Amino acid sequence: MAVTAAASRPTAIHPLYAFLVAGAVPLFLGGLLSDLAYGSSAEIQWSNFAAWLLVGAMVFTGCALVWAFIALLRTGARRGRPLLSFVLLLALFAVGLIDSFVHARDAWAIMPAAPILSAIATALAALAAVAGLATLRADAR
Amino acid sequence: MNRGVAVAALAALATGCGHQQRDPVQYGPDPQLPEPERGLVPSMKIADPTPWGNARPTVPPGYTITAIATGFGIARQTLVLPNGDILVAEGRGGGEPALRPKDFIAGFIKAKGTSQAKSGNRLSLLRDADGDGVYEGRTIFADKLNAPYGLALVGGQLYVANQDALVRFAYAPGQTRASGAPVTITELPAKINHHWTKSLAASPDGRFLYVGIGSNSNITERGMPAEIDRAMVWQVDAATGAHRPFATGLRNPTALAIQPGTGQLWAVVNERDEIGPNLVPDYLTSVREGAFYGWPFSYWGQHVDTRAQPQDPRKVASAIRPDYALGSHVAALGVAFSTPAMGPRFAEGVFVGEHGSWNRQRPSGYKVVFVAFRGGRPAGPPVDVVTGFQGADGKTRGRPVGVTVDPRGALIVADDLSNTIWRVVPTRRTPAAEAPTRPAAPTGEETHPGSRTPY
Repeated sequence: MAVTAAASRPTAIHPLYAFLVAGAVPLFLGGLLSDLAYGSSAEIQWSNFAAWLLVGAMVFTGCALVWAFIALLRTGARRGRPLLSFVLLLALFAVGLIDSFVHARDAWAIMPAAPILSAIATALAALAAVAGLATLRADAR
Repeated sequence: MNRGVAVAALAALATGCGHQQRDPVQYGPDPQLPEPERGLVPSMKIADPTPWGNARPTVPPGYTITAIATGFGIARQTLVLPNGDILVAEGRGGGEPALRPKDFIAGFIKAKGTSQAKSGNRLSLLRDADGDGVYEGRTIFADKLNAPYGLALVGGQLYVANQDALVRFAYAPGQTRASGAPVTITELPAKINHHWTKSLAASPDGRFLYVGIGSNSNITERGMPAEIDRAMVWQVDAATGAHRPFATGLRNPTALAIQPGTGQLWAVVNERDEIGPNLVPDYLTSVREGAFYGWPFSYWGQHVDTRAQPQDPRKVASAIRPDYALGSHVAALGVAFSTPAMGPRFAEGVFVGEHGSWNRQRPSGYKVVFVAFRGGRPAGPPVDVVTGFQGADGKTRGRPVGVTVDPRGALIVADDLSNTIWRVVPTRRTPAAEAPTRPAAPTGEETHPGSRTPY
């Protein structure tokens, strides 16, 4: 990926990027747990919590996605971990967006789509975080 | 590439519910009810307001319409007093806190389709002293009220349903200003107040008042506890303020009327949203004592709405069907029984003011219709009476709310977008081919201090 092969110094991952990709995980996870709590209790406040946790998760994901996109443009990578990281974040953003729209439905109309989408999003968020942070590990070696 | 696919997929999902072919027949006792549907975004078309300019609402041949007054602080419901004076309830209530991310977005979008005027929180009185159809007199009958809506006069008492309390003024014929502050008869459920309007009717003997109280949500999305004492009609003892639920499961009973002769209570009710453009029809119904009309557990009898959880099969089993569907999302906000003075076509039946839809691509409502009665029951399709609130250009010039029949032969329509009171009268001459609409001459601003003419 680098222009001057062996001599290039790997760029260390920025702490803010690490914070964004990792920070989205507990927010999506919190959304999933809230959805499950709503599913088992029909207590509406859980679905309100889920909707707001998703908003937070989407802010993190959106910022991380922009970051990953710029990084992709700057390195000019056509393959490898930066691309994987970007694709995972893009998929996560798409699923998260659909999940957000689902959470805008009224009362039980969010079921059963909400916990399913939140589960997919949580898994994608975990993968995106691992891929994003692994970039650092691979390059630094 | 990936992004393109994702966007296309999203767009397809979002518009999945957008295109309807032909609308099902949804008036009368047995409306066609399609299956519930919901895409990612509910199908929507918000009114795009524009001033009337030289345009006027359209009325049938043989009738004329004039704007008799304008510049109100949101004109909602009217009451014709025995001497012909008209009371106008002005105000906007509600103001529920935004609870979910959706509330911020939906609130912003829907506000675009309504009046930006400030809530008047008062009753204005309009007077046509010489009976020429021009209401040259205008006074503030009472102010400092809290979003007044329902009005009723019986036995020298003027009852006003504020958004939080039922109050009473003493009224003497000819009075132009209330003689003092009102007396509170009873507090009304006002927490959150998602559907804030409190409709009102009085039994002919004046013993009981009926107050329509709307639900606190579309379909329980603010939780079941928020729905205690909501979505029902209260019967209130006028003397003591004691009250009890008279009928329940009525999602938003926005207007009540007593049928002349029988004394039967009737209501128009706004049904639930966001399960498709053709669900659920708003309706006109006689309100049966002790009856349960379905909300939130079911609609139009026993059609279960799974959005309300936990479900209640016993309540669903007890739900009765309303009498007459008016169509989905028409937003019926006014109802009034007619008199023979309105002309033979509209002699027996009710006028219904339809504020107009948001939850469907092809707008419905935005007009005043007449539902003919035969043998004391609704019969036949609704007939258009006042139309043209939405122009051919797709812009919305007015939105009808309250309708009231002046026994001398006039239909009074409150329009809360242009904040105008319209008056429809049969032309005295023989209804020839085409009766021209008389150019409106609303009383000018100079005569009405503080009023603002929207055209």
